[in-house]
Formats: sequence, C-alpha cells, structure tokens
Amino acid sequence: MTALCIENLKKTYKNGFEALKGIDLTVKQGDFFALLGPNGAGKSTTIGIVSSMVTKSSGRVRIFEYDLDKQTNQAKNCIGLVPQEINFNQFETVRNIVITQAGYHGIPRKEAKIRADRCLKQMDLWELRDRVSRRLSGGMKRRVMIARAMVHAPRLLILDEPTAGVDIEIRHAMWEMMREVNRQGTTIILTTHYLEEAESLCRNIAIINHGKIVENSDMLSLLDRINKEYFVLNLTKPLKTVPDIADFSMELTEPRLLTVAVPKHRTLNDLFQRLSAAGIEVSSLKNKSNRLEQLFMDIVR
Amino acid sequence: MKSSVALTTILAKEIRRFTRIWPQTLLPPAITTSLYFLIFGKLIGDRVGLINGVSYMDYIVPGIILMAVISHSYANVVSSFYSTKFQRHIEELLVSPVPNWVILVGYTGGGVARGMLVGSIVAAISTVFSDFQVQNWPVAIAIFILTAVLFALAGFINAVFADSFDDISIIPNFVLTPLSYLGGVFYSVSMLPAMWQQVSLANPILYMINAFRYGLIGVSDVGIERSFLMTGGFILSLVLFSLWLLHRGVGIKN
Ligand SMILES: Nc1ncnc2c1ncn2[C@@H]1O[C@H](COP(=O)(O)OP(=O)(O)O)[C@@H](O)[C@H]1O
Ligand SMILES: [Mg+2]
Repeated sequence: MTALCIENLKKTYKNGFEALKGIDLTVKQGDFFALLGPNGAGKSTTIGIVSSMVTKSSGRVRIFEYDLDKQTNQAKNCIGLVPQEINFNQFETVRNIVITQAGYHGIPRKEAKIRADRCLKQMDLWELRDRVSRRLSGGMKRRVMIARAMVHAPRLLILDEPTAGVDIEIRHAMWEMMREVNRQGTTIILTTHYLEEAESLCRNIAIINHGKIVENSDMLSLLDRINKEYFVLNLTKPLKTVPDIADFSMELTEPRLLTVAVPKHRTLNDLFQRLSAAGIEVSSLKNKSNRLEQLFMDIVR
Repeated sequence: MKSSVALTTILAKEIRRFTRIWPQTLLPPAITTSLYFLIFGKLIGDRVGLINGVSYMDYIVPGIILMAVISHSYANVVSSFYSTKFQRHIEELLVSPVPNWVILVGYTGGGVARGMLVGSIVAAISTVFSDFQVQNWPVAIAIFILTAVLFALAGFINAVFADSFDDISIIPNFVLTPLSYLGGVFYSVSMLPAMWQQVSLANPILYMINAFRYGLIGVSDVGIERSFLMTGGFILSLVLFSLWLLHRGVGIKN
C-alpha cells in the first residue's frame, strides 16, 4: 500500500511566487523516505500541503486510503508532523503540550495522559515534563515536537529538517530513534539538506529543486549511478602545473593541494602508481565530500 | 464524540489560560468597578437623585456589569487567538482532525466563560452597594449570555485579521469602549437632545445595556424584542462569517 501519493501538486503563494510546479511523489508504506533539496526548493511547502497547514493551488494528495480533500479528518489522523520551525505554546509545560495534542486527535484525557507519558519517556523528556517549554534548549524543543507528533500513534511520521541546528550527539540519538520508529512499522518521510543523513537513514529518495522533482529512485541505485569519487591530496612538495595523468581529471586548488576525480573503474592503487611515476609524493588524503553530495551538486546545478 | 474531546480540550485550555493569570484578568475589573460604584454610584449618585424612577446607583449597575462582560469576552478571545497565531501553535489545530466549528466554539467559549465570570464578579460586588431586586431573571440571564457570545465572536474575527499586537488593541480602545460609554451606561438616552437620541439608537450596545437594565431593574429606553432580535442577528452573522473565514483559512493558512 502507498502511504503517500501526490499527483501534479502545484502551489503559487499569494505574492505570485510559484513554489511547486507540478510534483508527483509516491511513498510506500513502511518506507524511510528522504525528500532532499537545497534551501527554498519547496520541501516545506510540500510538507505543509500534505499536513494541511498550507492550501494547495491544484493537484491531488492521498494519504493511505484517504483523499485529503474528501476524507480530510481520516487523512489527518494518519499523519504526525514535526515542523521545521518551533510551533508550540512557549508558555505551556512539555507534558501539557503533548496531552493537548492528543486531545485534538480525539483521545480522551485519561488515555491522553498515558500516551503522552509514554512518548515523553521515549524521547528522553520525562525529567523535563513539567518544565515550561520556553526554557528548553533547541534539541529538547525538537524532541518535544517529536513526542507531540507521535502521541496519536500516526502511521506516517513526517519530519521537516528535524536535525537542523542540532548538535552532533543529539543528531545521532535522533537518527537512532527514527530508525527504531521505522522498524516498528511507521512510515517516515524526512526532509533534509544534510545528504549524509539521507544516505545513512533512507531507503528511497526524491530530490526537489525549484519546485520540481529532479530525481526519484531508491538510494542504492542512485549511489550506484555516481561514477566518480573526489579526493583531495596533500602533497609533500608544491606543484606549478596540474599533472597530466590519463583517466584521472585533476585540479590544483593550491600548490600543495590536488583534487582528483577517481572514476569508478579505476582504483586508488592505479592513481598512486602513476603519481609515483610522475615523482609526486602524497602525504595524506581525504574524501572531498560525501558521494551523494557530489551527485546532488551535479543535479541541482 | 471525537469532536467533543477536541472541544473540551480547547475549552479547558482556554479557561486555564485566563484563570492562571487571574491577577491580570479577574482582579483589575473587580477593582475598577468597585471604584465606579463608589464614585459614580455613591458619591455623585447621591446628588443626582432618581433617574427614570430608580436611584442612580441602581440605574448604573446593569450597564457596568455588561460593560465588563463586553470588554472581557472580547479581550480574552482576541488576545488568546492572536497569540495562538503569533506563536504558530494554530498549526497544532490545523494538522489535527478538528472541525472548524470546534475551533470557533472552543475559543469563543473561553471568552464567554471569562466574560460571564467577570460579569458575575462585578454583579456580586454591586450587591454591596445596591439592593435592587432582579425584575426578570430570564431576560437578564439571556442578554448576559448573548452579549458575552456576541463579543467573544467579534474578538475572534478581530484576531483572525490581526497582523500585529497593535491590531488587537485598536478595536477595544477606539470602538468598544466609546460605544459602551455612549450606550447609556451612566445616563438615559432620553436625557439627550433629540438629534443625539437618534444617533444613539444606531449603537448596538445601547440595546443590550437597556435590555439588561430591563431584566435587572425593570426600566429601559428601548423595546426588549428589538434588543433580542438585534443581538441574535449579530450573533448569527458573526458565526457565519467566522466559519467562512476559517474555511477559507484567512489569516491562518498560506
Ligand atoms: N508564505 C510564503 N509566501 C511567499 N513565498 C513563500 C512562502 N513560503 C515559502 N515561500 C517561498 O517558496 C519557496 C519554497 O519554500 P520552502 O518550501 O519553505 O522551501 P524549503 O523548505 O525547501 O527550504 C521559497 O523560495 C520561499 O521563499
Ligand atoms: Mg523548509
């Protein structure tokens, strides 16, 4: 079954800006899906329409078996949303925020409390439950929004850049949490512009740019299509000209920094043999960027 | 059944909000109206003598109670719903399966609760200064509730259109307060020159104050049926308008 099906979705904002130019997207039930794109690509607009915070200009959205226009409430009940910006009542306590959200989903107060407490524990917020949310750190606030999104046990969890501005330790804890939630059967859609995040978490991926889907496939075959990898070499001696070595395109960033594109059918051994033959010594090397990042740059350029 | 849970959730949240900050919401009207009763009713009123056959103190009690109802039901909804928009937790409602009428009833219900609570506090204080006998309970209670509903709805619409904190104080300061004072809280319109009597009759608040005065002490400048029709008509129009605004997502959705 499909968890989310978007057909020819368009959005023009009131100021005339066309943020989505006809998007098609399908996310299967149980998937861990990445919606990737640079800032301003239209990720939050897409998420906003799916979660009823933004009105679409045209197109169709189906969430599991429900049409968002016709069976709005059933569709809404399937979704848990963690928005990009903090949007809870800053004067309310952590626990009340989560309980209130359960109430909006029609969960009676007694049951709401039990569920809220469970989600707070899962998000490691139990100790902070009575704290006024304004006094939380950025990472804690994100976790409050995740707990709030999960309180009605949604079948589809949508997270809009959940790890933006969160320090590395918490980011990894959040990854682990998302993996666990996905393992338990919840479909997850994640928007991000950290490619590393998408690569390590997601099975399927769509790349959006200027309001259009420019790439939509599974992660493995996408990575497979990347036929070059870039390395930056530190040289022991400065060079004046770029060495000319067949098959490996090179660029001299600084006299002692050489960027090399290694095609997939060649090995690093090959490269080093030839560099040695040319009398060039390498003291250290590093991967220029995450592989996906390179592809991303090529696609969105 | 599901909607009823959402509704009680919003109502409970709204009532908790204004009771938690009672020194800002409940205490000030108690103090101000005590001063009204003391200064206008007692000190000045003793020299005014009878007005339409009742003591000045008795005459001003209904208007002062209703003024409190009007300003507090309005203020509660306009500030609460505006801050819901401003802090963006309106989005919590938008993503949830909460029907628009539940949002409307929940928020205005909070305002009605505060308007009626403050009105009751003022009414209780008035018994210290005045010993009038309520003449017509059903009329008094009906107009008390309807007024709270009407101005809670008006506050909701104000909040929908408000884009800044200035926008939520313009109407209370420049429309509601003047219209309340000119609605005959402290005087009978029959005391005005003919032309100003006609102008006063265009003020809807005048009708509510007079109907309430009729309910409490049995005197009124205008017909009671007309007051009810007018208040009911306003409420119906504001309900329909609010639901339409919510349906279109005006002020809350991009
Ligand atoms: N309310 C709005 N009015 C006008 N333009 C908007 C509005 N919200 C977003 N945009 C524009 O739409 C584009 C897509 O925004 P968004 O969906 O937030 O991108 P992303 O989440 O991918 O960074 C951006 O160029 C942004 O400036
Ligand atoms: Mg965004």
